[in-house]
Amino acid sequence: MQFFAWCMIAAGFGMAIGSFGTGLGQGLAIKSAVEGVARNPGASGKILTTMMIGLAMIESLAIYVFVVCMIILFANPFTEKVLGMAGQMTH
Amino acid sequence: MTHPFLFLKWLGEQLHLELGEHVLYTWFVMLVLILLGFAASRGIKMVPAGLQNFMEVVVSGIENLIEETMGHKGMAYFPLIATFALFILVSNLIALIPGFMPPTANLNTNGALALTVFAMTHIVGFKEHGISYLKHFMGPILVLAPLMFIIEVIGHLARPLSLSLRLFGNMYGHEIVLMIFLALVPLLLPVPMMVMGVLVACIQTFVFTLLAMIYIAGALEEAH
Repeated sequence: MQFFAWCMIAAGFGMAIGSFGTGLGQGLAIKSAVEGVARNPGASGKILTTMMIGLAMIESLAIYVFVVCMIILFANPFTEKVLGMAGQMTH
Repeated sequence: MTHPFLFLKWLGEQLHLELGEHVLYTWFVMLVLILLGFAASRGIKMVPAGLQNFMEVVVSGIENLIEETMGHKGMAYFPLIATFALFILVSNLIALIPGFMPPTANLNTNGALALTVFAMTHIVGFKEHGISYLKHFMGPILVLAPLMFIIEVIGHLARPLSLSLRLFGNMYGHEIVLMIFLALVPLLLPVPMMVMGVLVACIQTFVFTLLAMIYIAGALEEAH
């Protein structure tokens, strides 16, 4: 039964660490974009477009972590096995 | 975590159809797009007005994007790219209507779209360059070719994975957050999340279409 507790802990910590890195990465991207617009307000359209694409790319790393956490919580391939073993031990 | 009620799933159960809800909603999106196409092309005028004007803005926007990213040779792939853009945009925006599920929130739909891009990249590469398309995988220095080949193959295999997972994670994650907020405070709390949903839908469409264009343009251009 500790299996499920560890699943919760893993999902929570995984998502936290994933968001931490993504936050830092996206912060750097926006920092450069805002500096670029401040230097050259005329190019703000192109800079904004490039920034949006860059942010989506970096965001996708947090999305991968999210998908793995969802798999751990809701589509765990080992749940049946663990429940079977727990059922066998009580008999 | 499932939707409490989906219109088309209920309709499918009445008609005894044994299909997943993402298939039913894909058909719905197809119906919407076909009707939009018909409605926009009734009575085409030289000076467009109304729906024809709107669709012309959308189509010329996609054309400009293709010219910018893929050059002139890219116009041959305009139908494929425009289909991706319109299908994914309408699919993502359907998520905001209560009782509807976006087909892109299911990994199967996204896998199909990503595998189409993957197949198109390599078919275009072989059609354009013949057998010397394999030089794209060799890298600049010939001595390192075996190592570069393995690295490039892994990179190419990661592309459909990342394309499908990015879109799936964004749409499915948004659905889950909306469901949690609806369970907590149904009154007005989901509204800011729905506004972000519109933003995320448009950005993810743009990113998928842009990446598809960049991959096909990469197969069209000359090797290093």
